[in-house]
Amino acid sequence: MTIILNGDPHEVTRPLTVSELLAQLEIDSRRVAVEHNLVVLKHATFDDVVVHEGDQVEIVNFVGGG
Amino acid sequence: MDTFSIAGKTFTSRLIVGTGKYSSPSVMVKAHDASGAEMITVAVRRVNISDRTKESLLDYIDTSKYFILPNTAGCYTAEEAVRTARLGREAGLSNWVKLEVIGDEKTLFPDNEALLEATRILVREDFVVLPYTNDDPVTCRKLEDAGAAAVMPLGAPIGSGLGIQNPNNIRIIREFARVPLIVDAGVGTASDAALAMELGADAVLMNTAIAGAQDPVAMAEAMNLAVRAGRLAYLSGRIPRKMYASASSPVEGLVGR
Repeated sequence: MTIILNGDPHEVTRPLTVSELLAQLEIDSRRVAVEHNLVVLKHATFDDVVVHEGDQVEIVNFVGGG
Repeated sequence: MDTFSIAGKTFTSRLIVGTGKYSSPSVMVKAHDASGAEMITVAVRRVNISDRTKESLLDYIDTSKYFILPNTAGCYTAEEAVRTARLGREAGLSNWVKLEVIGDEKTLFPDNEALLEATRILVREDFVVLPYTNDDPVTCRKLEDAGAAAVMPLGAPIGSGLGIQNPNNIRIIREFARVPLIVDAGVGTASDAALAMELGADAVLMNTAIAGAQDPVAMAEAMNLAVRAGRLAYLSGRIPRKMYASASSPVEGLVGR
């Protein structure tokens, strides 16, 4: 199935939790914030929120800025 | 000790610095140290999914030493800025945000209307909102009324290095503001930072003036000294400006008269 990850189509094999998605992407969940279908998620919900076909996911972190 | 507080949090350093445009992380770390800053700004951006080899900015920042202020740089609508602020809050450790809503690509001047709208929304969500704004006393007052924890008027366009273009406006904002006044953007060199402080700013925020200098670490030290010098001069009460000279040495007892 396809999800929209950071604006681009991304293939995953099945619906999966945000924690599972981050693990697949090898992203340290403590360092990022995640938005699921325009709702910003609390870190405590990463194990519970399930990403389905067509869902929009944004994963952001801090970069240099002024 | 001469300190200032924003939303109940007390700072000793009146210099706030950015993390953008540095040639390397190690130069940034040294510059931050030389600046004496306690608060540093960061931007919120999408993680690069295809290239996960890049290290995270936070690998280089000692968060026990520096207070992290996420910004909403690059946002052109209140909606985008609010969304980015919410993400910054979840990625970070606090509910503080340097709120930018840009209205024009070339000048990066703020969109006052959208800035006010975003400030109201974020204040309702218990954010500590530090809005980057025009050097307009009326806009600053409206932001304050909307619940902003500080007002951050620009000295000149972001990254321009033009210095304080309208010192009188900064002075008037100082007179009216009941929240901390932070001059944000436009500083080019140390004297610009000193002038901002002499006008009565509580603090100065800068990025390019340090990161873009030929020797960023030395410039960071210069800014550290300039902000302290300007603050001391402001507190000391400068002499009035006069049209003509006033001798410093006695006029009596001159030899040969």
